[in-house]
Amino acid sequence: MQMLGAAVMSLLGSLVDLSGPGRYVHWGFIQISVANLVVIGLMVLVFVAAILIPFRRHRGDDR
Amino acid sequence: MTDTLPDTTPPDSVAADRPEDADQWTAKLRHAAVEALPPERLMPDRQPAYVASWIYVFGVLTLAALAVVILTGTVLAIFGPSWWHESSTGLFVNSLHLWSVEVFFFAMVVHLWGKFFMAAWRGRRRATWITGVVAFVISVGAAFTGYLSQQNFDSQWISTQAKDGINATGAGAIFNVTNFGQMLMWHIMLLPLVVVLLVGLHVLLVRRRGVVPPFALSPEPPAGSEPAGPPQATSSQEQS
Repeated sequence: MQMLGAAVMSLLGSLVDLSGPGRYVHWGFIQISVANLVVIGLMVLVFVAAILIPFRRHRGDDR
Repeated sequence: MTDTLPDTTPPDSVAADRPEDADQWTAKLRHAAVEALPPERLMPDRQPAYVASWIYVFGVLTLAALAVVILTGTVLAIFGPSWWHESSTGLFVNSLHLWSVEVFFFAMVVHLWGKFFMAAWRGRRRATWITGVVAFVISVGAAFTGYLSQQNFDSQWISTQAKDGINATGAGAIFNVTNFGQMLMWHIMLLPLVVVLLVGLHVLLVRRRGVVPPFALSPEPPAGSEPAGPPQATSSQEQS
């Protein structure tokens, strides 16, 4: 189990290197870290999904 | 032999209103509270049908994340810094505290966007909107002082970067971001207290005014755009 955890951490670590300096996006006077940009993108994605994906209704609920 | 005074008060009158007590502040406060939030509105069994949408889930998700933040923060306060820095359990609880804050802000921002595009201040819901906005701003301060209380290079970097900005506002005279003790006290006492009180007030206002309805497709105002009385309807989901 411990080896599996270590393997997962190693895999994640190879995808996203958190040990090095952060990466930033520059756009004019705007500067934002890639990490923050990813979180904002995820929030937009979740917001759109929350509007579009239908909500499960209980039987007997009126409209 | 002991003398006891006879109890002349009938047991069933303890909680009952007596006309002669109507001017007592406790009676006035009780009546005002029950009138503003009768039990069936304070804790309804059903919600309006339009609440059956995922966008209405994020308010409750924010509340759930806040509960985990407070719970893990309480555990951290009980055991102290050496525990959360050195023991594996402490590190785990510390991580739970951090990630529940991340979920809290994530859900709160999606909740904010949803309510903004619904113009959730409609139908005498201005106070609900304003308490939400102020709770958001105070939460940013609570998170900020939390990052300053980490006792690592990250918190040193953040404090030295922030001090110039804070000093430029003039607030640095009473709010010193390089003072660890002061930031820790703000983080674990003052700001959480304000956030919890504001969130509690926000939830009570949601219960009082009802969940904001979506915009109507037709020009007529939607039936639920006025302050909600008893819930019109019919979804048994628990959302806000």
